[in-house]
Order: sequence, then structure tokens, then C-alpha cells
Amino acid sequence: MQDIKVADSKVAVEDGPPEIDWGTSEKLLADVGEIKERFPVVHEPVVSPDGERFAAPVKIDDGRFTMCVNGTVWDQTFEVLWYPRFSPDGRLTVLVRDDDEWTVAVEGRPWEEKFEYAWNTMFSKDGKVIAAQAKRDMKYRIVVDGDLWSHEFISIRDLAVSAAGDKVAAIVQSVPLKEADIFGFMEGTWTVAVNDKTWDRNFVNVYCPTISPDDRHVAVEVRLDICEYTIARDNLLWNEKFGCVWEPSFLPDNGAVIAPVRTEGSWTLARDGSPAWSGRYAQLWHQKISPNGKRIAAVVAPAFGKWTIAVDDSAWEKTYDDAVLEPVFSPDSQRIAAVVKDRNRWTIAVDGVPWTEEFDMVWDPVFSPDSSRVAAKIERNGRYSIAIDGKVWSRGFEALWNPLFSPDGSSLLVKAVEDGKYYRRIVPAYEIL
Amino acid sequence: MGFIQTVLSGKSERMPRKLGPEQMSPDRGLDDTIKRLTPERIESTIKRVMEKETAGRLRVYLDTCVHCGLCSNACHTYLSRDKDPEFSPVAKVKNTLWEMVKRKGKVDAEFIKNAARIAFTECGACRRCSMYCPFGIDIAYLILVVRRVCNLLGVVPAYLQDTTNSHAATSNQMWVQRDEWIDTLQWQEEDAQGVIAKARIPLEKEGADIMYSVIAPEPKILAQLINYMAQIMTIAGLDWTMPATDGWDNSNMAMYSGDFETMGRVERQHYETALRLKVKRIVMGECGHAFRGAVYDGPKWLTWKNPPIPMVHAVDFYYDLITSGRIKIVNKFKEPITVQDPCNIVRGLGLGQKLRYIMNALCEDFRDVSPRFEHNYCCMAGGGVINCGPPWKKSRMLSIKVKADQLAATGAKVIVTPCHNCHSGIEDIIKYYKLGMHTKFICEILVDAMEIPQHLKA
Amino acid sequence: MYEFATGPLVWVAFILFFGGCGWRLFRMFSMAKKDKVVYPYMSLKHGLLSIAHWIVPFGSTNMRMRPVFTIVTFAFHLCLLLSPIFLMAHNVLLRRAWGFSFWTLPPVLADVMTVVVILACAFFVARRVRAPEVKYVTSWSDYVLVALVATPFLTGFLAYHQWLSYRTVVTLHIWAGAIMLVAIPFTRLSHMLFFVFTRAYMGSECGAVRHAKDW
Ligand code: HEM
Ligand code: HEM
Ligand code: SF4
Ligand code: SF4
Ligand code: SF4
Repeated sequence: MQDIKVADSKVAVEDGPPEIDWGTSEKLLADVGEIKERFPVVHEPVVSPDGERFAAPVKIDDGRFTMCVNGTVWDQTFEVLWYPRFSPDGRLTVLVRDDDEWTVAVEGRPWEEKFEYAWNTMFSKDGKVIAAQAKRDMKYRIVVDGDLWSHEFISIRDLAVSAAGDKVAAIVQSVPLKEADIFGFMEGTWTVAVNDKTWDRNFVNVYCPTISPDDRHVAVEVRLDICEYTIARDNLLWNEKFGCVWEPSFLPDNGAVIAPVRTEGSWTLARDGSPAWSGRYAQLWHQKISPNGKRIAAVVAPAFGKWTIAVDDSAWEKTYDDAVLEPVFSPDSQRIAAVVKDRNRWTIAVDGVPWTEEFDMVWDPVFSPDSSRVAAKIERNGRYSIAIDGKVWSRGFEALWNPLFSPDGSSLLVKAVEDGKYYRRIVPAYEIL
Repeated sequence: MGFIQTVLSGKSERMPRKLGPEQMSPDRGLDDTIKRLTPERIESTIKRVMEKETAGRLRVYLDTCVHCGLCSNACHTYLSRDKDPEFSPVAKVKNTLWEMVKRKGKVDAEFIKNAARIAFTECGACRRCSMYCPFGIDIAYLILVVRRVCNLLGVVPAYLQDTTNSHAATSNQMWVQRDEWIDTLQWQEEDAQGVIAKARIPLEKEGADIMYSVIAPEPKILAQLINYMAQIMTIAGLDWTMPATDGWDNSNMAMYSGDFETMGRVERQHYETALRLKVKRIVMGECGHAFRGAVYDGPKWLTWKNPPIPMVHAVDFYYDLITSGRIKIVNKFKEPITVQDPCNIVRGLGLGQKLRYIMNALCEDFRDVSPRFEHNYCCMAGGGVINCGPPWKKSRMLSIKVKADQLAATGAKVIVTPCHNCHSGIEDIIKYYKLGMHTKFICEILVDAMEIPQHLKA
Repeated sequence: MYEFATGPLVWVAFILFFGGCGWRLFRMFSMAKKDKVVYPYMSLKHGLLSIAHWIVPFGSTNMRMRPVFTIVTFAFHLCLLLSPIFLMAHNVLLRRAWGFSFWTLPPVLADVMTVVVILACAFFVARRVRAPEVKYVTSWSDYVLVALVATPFLTGFLAYHQWLSYRTVVTLHIWAGAIMLVAIPFTRLSHMLFFVFTRAYMGSECGAVRHAKDW
């Protein structure tokens, strides 16, 4: 259910690789217009977390693909190349095909192992570990840093890589199922594999592998019967069963797990199977734990069609009809921001109060290191800009990536395409405000 | 309810006698699953649904129905089967819900099996009858309540249950593996480039204007439809994307098998994928039930009153492309052609006028059906009926004779079906009733009819 | 007996009728709240549009498909609702008890309307016996309901024309009327209460949510 993209982009944005150059106010790194003229085909670009590299898949004259990084192409070329992703530590990975075999290429160097298909590149929080899914001989496998797990599976769905990369967990189908075998399915064909070892029991379904921040535990949603769900932690089930559950998450203290659970048609938050909140909600999901581990915020619907954020079981007064996205805590754990949408217009709400400006689209909010400011990438009339604390920067760009505050909060790293050129700039916050 | 009410609603009729193959078929999903039922489980399940999972609408509908039979004329199964009273909408409720309520859940396993047959294979949940009942009683809703009971008891036709299992395990309807999905899109992109050099299927493009979502039969058996859409999007010059993750399938058979938890999970995945990709709207392919699941039933269960990201049905989308001039029609379809108004987008979204605008724009000899618009007959494939699979095909064909007559009367050679279920269902009708026609999706006609600007040609 | 019928019984009947209706409506409103979608979906405009199409004769497709039935049922309901309220005899009683009365129908017209209701009831019974799709969903309770509705009209008619023992018939009439009144909130005759709401909900769901007509 949760995909890595959120994890990796946000990790990069929140923590920021240490070696960022905050001194140079502007670097022109790529002439996008020129690149588009030079190659017959140019696909969607990506930029590195530190903003120093602008990379796009391009087709070169012989019909093969390669990456064009800051205007310079790799030596290696491939039949097909897609899914460029920078790891949080700044390595450029792509999925490549040659001679009808797929693999992952890191900075242009393909892994030794090749597959019928390889996809879904994922990273540990620090970016040191790269994992992917692969298929060989019609069986499904996990590859970590180029090494194959010894076990192969009938199918693999969701995948998770732990913060430090010590654990990789996947939802796997371990028992084959004949066509339309509804009885076999209900006996359980799905389970969890962690670091190449499979749990010893099967479930009807398993969803959303989640690894504790200390890399020690794995929790998943499990389905036990037609409408019977619970949470499993390290192969042990909660005693209580529920009509439905959503994604689990770990509290910092000794691996306790919280998850939204549904009983009698409404939702609440449970901790290790017992009610953690007393409020009942029409919906509850995307719970987030504050950096100090003391507070929990979640997206809730206090009534049908009314969305907001609840913090420690108390919902913000103002609700939104369309949607509220996952809450983001400030570094000091005191403030919460979330993307909200009403009447098809987007904005950001901070501690229950929405910004007065509305946008065609808005990206995840980013707090300044001292927690005093909130910035976000926004879109209006087809151009992108940055808003801080609800105030929109007068400049607009053709393309823009999520901003990043400098450690002292005084300036922002702005990665943008302007007049057909990619710039990496350090912009003082006061210029935007 | 009051005592008098209970006494007065007492029924004396027994359940139907032994049924022939035109109504009942061997199906492991019913025959084997009822063996595990106990009277206690049946009773507690029915009570759970009646007391905990339903409220005002169910009670008021049951108390209000005056047994007048005025809804019968609405139902294609009743009309097709020589007005057999057992097939009138109210009769289907009588033989299922009325009995469950009257006997306070104390019904036997055989009763549940019959209820499952009626609810899953003899009603397409098409809602035509609620336009004919003077009280506007939503019989399709009542039938879905019966399906919910059956689902909780595990008594669901095997093929339909398998489809739901696929949704639960893979989030798509046809057990499509993740790599097969991406691989298919890449392969369809290459095919589209054979016609339009610059055609693309941009995968995982964050911030695109449109996310295009389809139903699983497209990558599985009708992959060319994705290629057609790539051509259409490219010519229209739109900024679009498709996800390379789960959440690409907008269909939802769990909605029809009564597994609302799985239904909700699938829809959540679908919309969270669109939210993740930061698109402004989702355009969906030509499917009726998928629209219903994605816009009404799914969001409702998740407590979204409206989808968090606007969902645009293909018919609406094509209409905009044609009226805005983004797509120019230069080569109209010549043969006599007619159209199926899919319940879920005509009765369910009022797209009947736009559908006709498109038909006239694309075709030279469009022959309309009668009845039409909201009053069109369902094709009897929808509502999960076709997904009940081969065991029930004969029954389904007998239940849809009116559709065969209606189509034959148009004199058309081709039928446009902007709904995947209608498409397969009407294909079956054509073969069974030897109509000598064939079905097409709008996009199949559109790619042949539209102008491809010289500079885009391959 | 006659004294009881004209005195306390009428009181009891009206209290049960109004009390019962109030209770049923209250239950409906509170149960509708538990049905998450009902209130959020309700739309005044589309609800009224739908009701309008279904209380006007031949306003809906189905009514046009069944002209005879439509005429009968409209005549039935119109006479059923109007004749007792504007009846001379009832209004005399009303004036005596409360000191006010409505405009009253000419006796001949009241007579005709009464006969229309009785004939319509006969038609409904015949339909239940003869039309297979109606017969299939008919139980003894449906005949009881029609009888319950027909008896006050039949006995009222007999009383007015004084064909049998007037005192007995009037007593019977009042009992029959009282039973029918009380039956309204507690049987399927409660469709009188729910009609506007079921209609308005379907009209709203169709019109406001699904952009389609429901007539
Ligand atoms: C419960 C209290 C009621 C009382 C005390 C009452 C009393 C009477 C009386 C005294 C008459 C007059 C007979 C005559 O003309 O001498 C009458 C006639 C009549 N009543 Fe009632 N009635 C009651 C309820 C009803 C109800 C509920 C209905 C029908 C829904 C009804 C329908 C009629 C009709 C149709 C006639 C006259 C028929 C005709 O003129 O041909 N009554 N009633
Ligand atoms: C404003 C109030 C009312 C409305 C809108 C209404 C509407 C309807 C409708 C739509 C039907 C369905 C079938 C048909 O059209 O005949 C019906 C049937 C019926 N109504 Fe009413 N009704 C109302 C009041 C009453 C009252 C007060 C009674 C009697 C006390 C009554 C007695 C009946 C009966 C007996 C039938 C069944 C006919 C059959 O057996 O098929 N109605 N009504
Ligand atoms: S198939 Fe359609 S018309 Fe027939 S009972 Fe079901 S919902 Fe009503
Ligand atoms: S038309 Fe409505 S009231 Fe009449 S039998 Fe059918 S569902 Fe009941
Ligand atoms: S398959 Fe088509 S006609 Fe049939 S119910 Fe769905 S939308 Fe209706």
C-alpha cells in the first residue's frame, strides 16, 4: 500500500545529505532546451537530493537509451532505460534492459545478475542499500544490492527496506494456487519474507510491510478470514480481531505497534490490539508519530465526507470535504502541517488553520529546522513556485522540485527549471516571504 | 417494527421447488460452501447485517413496499423470461430479504444458496427498477444487502469470488503481476509508436495533469486499447501518466460480491495512487461498473462523499476532446451502428446525451435503440453477473432476451459498448441469439476516425 | 357501544394515529442518520422534482405504460384522502366537538367518491388475484389491508343511506374508521408517511449524485 517514493523523496528532503553546498547562490547546471534539441527523445528528468545533478533518460541516434546528466551522457547505453531514481545518498539508479534482460544500473553500471524483469527500486533511509523486485523463470525474487535472495516465490507484492538497510521485508505468495481455487485461497497462500527467511504460517492476505525505526521488528496487516483482520508483529498475531485494519506503525518504545482498526462500522486507533484512542471516526489512516515519539497524528473523518487531522485523539475543528493528506510533524514535535483539499482547490493547513491562498496543486509541506516555518512547492496556472507560511513567492518556474531549508533556516535550496535552463539556487527565505 | 406490522407482513409462500438448469447450476462457490454453514452462524450473520450494517434505508424500504408489483416491467430478467413472476424485482426481495427478516435469520443453508443464486445471478443491480417503483425503492441496494450476507457466509459463486480474491491479493481483477503490468504498458507504447512516432505512455510522471486508469482485462486480454489511448492522448497533446504500481485498476468486483472491506481497500489504493502522482484528475477507460465502484460505492465506504480526485469517464473525456477540437474526425465509421447505454454511466451518470453526440460525430449511420437513455435495458453482464462465470451463462442468456430483440430491431451491424461488462455480455448475446453483429469500444472507432497530423505520423 | 364509539374510541384512535405517525417519522429520521449517506445526499431541488413527477398523473414512464392502473390509483387516493375530510357528516361531528368545520362536499359527490374508493379496492383485489406478478408477492395481509381501507367506506356508505340498522352500522363504521387510522402508522399503509421521503431520497441520489432522472 505504501510506496517507497514517498519515503525516499521525503527522507532526502527532511534529513538532507550533510555535504550540501549552502554557499553558492546560483549554479546553472543544465540547458534543458539544448538537451531537447540534441536528442530525438527526452523523458521526464530527476534531480539529485543536493540539487547538483539534473538527469534525464534520452534516446540517442542509434535508437538506444542512456542518461544525460547535466548535459553529459553516460558511456553505457541500453535497449530500454526508465525509472531513474536518485538514492538518498545521491547515487543515480535506473532500470535497464539489454538483450531482453532487465536489471538495475547504478551510476551507469548494471548489476551482474540479469532477469526476465526487474522493477521497483527501493532504498534504505540513508541510501546505502538498494533493493528491487525481479522475475526469473516465471518465479519472483528479491535482489538486494545486486545479490539475489535464495528463496523464490509464486508472487511478490509490497516490499519494505528498513531505515539502516539491515532488513528487507516482502509480502510473498508461497503456495501456488490453481485457477479459481477459492478454497485454497481461503486456507492462506500469502506470508511475509524477511531477509530471505519466510514466516512459518500463511494468511488469506498480507498487506503493508512495516519495519521498526530500529530495524528490529516487522509488522504487517493480515487477513484471517473473509472479513477478519488483525496486525501481526514478527509472526505473532494480536489477540484481537477486527472488521478491517489499515497500515501499522511502530512506536519508539520497545516495538509497540499502533494501527487503525474498524469495529462496528467505525474506526479508531489500537495499540498492540487494545484501544489506544477512545474517539470513533468514520475513517482513520496515515497515522504519524512525532519525532520525539510522544504524539500521534492521523488523518481522520469525524463524519461522512468531512476530513481533518486528529492529534492525540482530538480532531482539528475545521474539516475539508475533498481530502486531507498525511500529517507532517515539525522537528520539535510541536507543530503539524498537512495538505488539504476543498472544492477541488488545494492548500496547506498548519495546526488546524488553513493558509488563505489556494492552489491548483500543492506538494508535501516542509518545516524549517527550528520548526517556525512551513514551505511547500505549489502550482498555479501551469507554473510552479514556493509558498512559505501561506505567502507565495512572486517567481514562477517551468519545473520545480521540493524545497529544502538550510540548517539555520535562513535560506532554501531551490531546484528549478527557468527559461529552459536548470538552476540550483540558494535563496534567502526573506526573498520569498 | 410494531407487532401488527410483523403479523401483517407474514408470508405463507414456500421457497421455490427444484430448479432446472435454466436457473440453477452446479457451482462450488455455493454447493460446497453451504455445507460449512451452521444455523447459528447464519442467524448471527443475518442479524449482524440487519442490525449493525444497515439502517434507515433498509427498514423504510421494507416497511414501505406495498407489494404492488409495479416494478416488474422494469426488469429485463422478468421481461425476458415470459414475465415469470419469480423474476420481478420485488419477488427477488421477497424470496430473500423478506424471509430473512420474517424468520429473524432462522433460515437454512439451502435457503442461503437460493438467496445467493437470486442475488448474484438473477439481478444485475442495474437499478432500472427503482425508476419504476412509485416509491423509488432501491431494489438493487436491497439485493446488495443480500449479497453482503452471502459474502459474510462465504457463499459466493466461485468465479466471482475468485475475482474478488484477485482484488484482495493483487489490487487488480485478473491476478496481473506487477511486472506484467509495466511490461504490457511498455510494449503497448512501442506498438503505438508504430502509428504515431511520438506516442508515449509516461509512467509514474508526478505532477501530470491526468492519470489514466483501466480495468484489468485491458492489460490481460485487450492490451491494444491502451495503445489506442496512448495515440489519442498524444494527438490531443495531453499531459498524462499511468502508474507503474498497484492502484492502476479502477474496477471493483468486490463491490458486487459483498466484500466491502476489499472494495474499500482497492479504491483507497486507486485514489492514493492518484494523490501520490499529484494529478488533477483521473480519466478512466470505457467501463461502467468501474465508474460506479470508483465514484460511488467505494468512496462511500471510505467516507469520501466525492472522490478526492475528480474521476472522468471515457465518454465524458472523448466528448470534451471532440467538442474542443483537440481531436478532429476525418474518417467516419460507415456501417450501420448502434449503441448500448451502460447503466452505470447513463442511469448512473447521465452520459446518454454525450454518448449520442459522440456516436453522431464518429459514425455516418447511427441507429438509436429503444428504450434508451436512463430507460435502456441492462445487458445482464453487469453487477457481477458475467463474473459468476460459465456455470451461469445459460441462465444469463435466458434472462436477457429483451436485449437481443432490442438490438436486432435497430438493424445495425455494430454495437458500441462503452463498458467492458456490456462488451463481453453483448458479445455473448450476439452469439447466443445469432444476431450477426459485433461489438466495439468507442476508442476502436475513434482511432480510425481521427485525424493524425502529418508531423506525428510514424 | 355507540356512546363508547363516538366518544373515547375516537379519541384513542386519533391519539394512536398521530402519535404513531410521529413515532414512525422520528424513528425514520434517527435511523436515516445511521445510514451515513442519506442526509449528505439529500437535495431539495431533486427531491421535489422527483416527487412532482410521481404525484402528477402520468408524470412518470411507468404510469404511462399502465394507463388503467394509473387512473384507478389516482382516483382511489384522491377520493380516499379528500372524502372523509370534507364529508358533511364528519364535519358536523367536528363542529359539535371542536366548534369548527371545513368546507363540505355536496352529498352526491361524497357518495360518488365513496363508491370510487370501494370499486378501486375491488380492482386492487382483482389485480392481486389475477395478475401473476402481483399474486406472486401477495399474502393474506395484503387482502386484510385492502379490506381495512374498504370497510370504513362501505359502512359509511351504508350508514348514510340508512339501509341497515343505522345505529349498528354507524358503530361499525366508527370502529372500522378507527382501526384503519391506527393501522396507518403501524402497517404498510405507512407508505403514506414514507412516500415523500423515499421518493425524495431516490430523486436526490439520481438527480444530484448520478445526474439522471428517476421517472
Ligand atoms: C373515527 C372516527 C369516525 C367517525 C366518528 C365517523 C363518523 C361518521 C358518521 C357519523 C358518518 C355519517 C353517516 C351519515 O351520513 O349519517 C360517516 C360517514 C362516512 N365516513 Fe366516517 N367516521 C369516522 C372515520 C372515518 C374514516 C377514517 C373514513 C375513511 C377513511 C370515513 C369515511 C366515511 C365515509 C366515506 C362516509 C360517508 C359515505 C357517504 O356519504 O356515502 N369515516 N362517518
Ligand atoms: C399522501 C398519501 C399517499 C400516497 C402518496 C400514496 C401512494 C401510494 C402508492 C404510490 C401506491 C402504490 C401503488 C398504487 O399506485 O396504487 C399506493 C398503494 C396503496 N395505497 Fe396509498 N398512498 C397514500 C395514502 C394512502 C392512504 C391514507 C391509504 C389508506 C389508508 C392508502 C392505501 C393504499 C392501498 C390499500 C394501496 C395498495 C393498492 C394495492 O393493493 O395494489 N394510501 N399508495
Ligand atoms: S436486474 Fe435491475 S431491474 Fe432487475 S431486479 Fe435487479 S436491479 Fe432491478
Ligand atoms: S413497485 Fe415498489 S412498492 Fe411496488 S412491489 Fe415493487 S418495490 Fe414494492
Ligand atoms: S454491464 Fe453495462 S449494461 Fe450491464 S450493468 Fe454494467 S453498465 Fe449496465
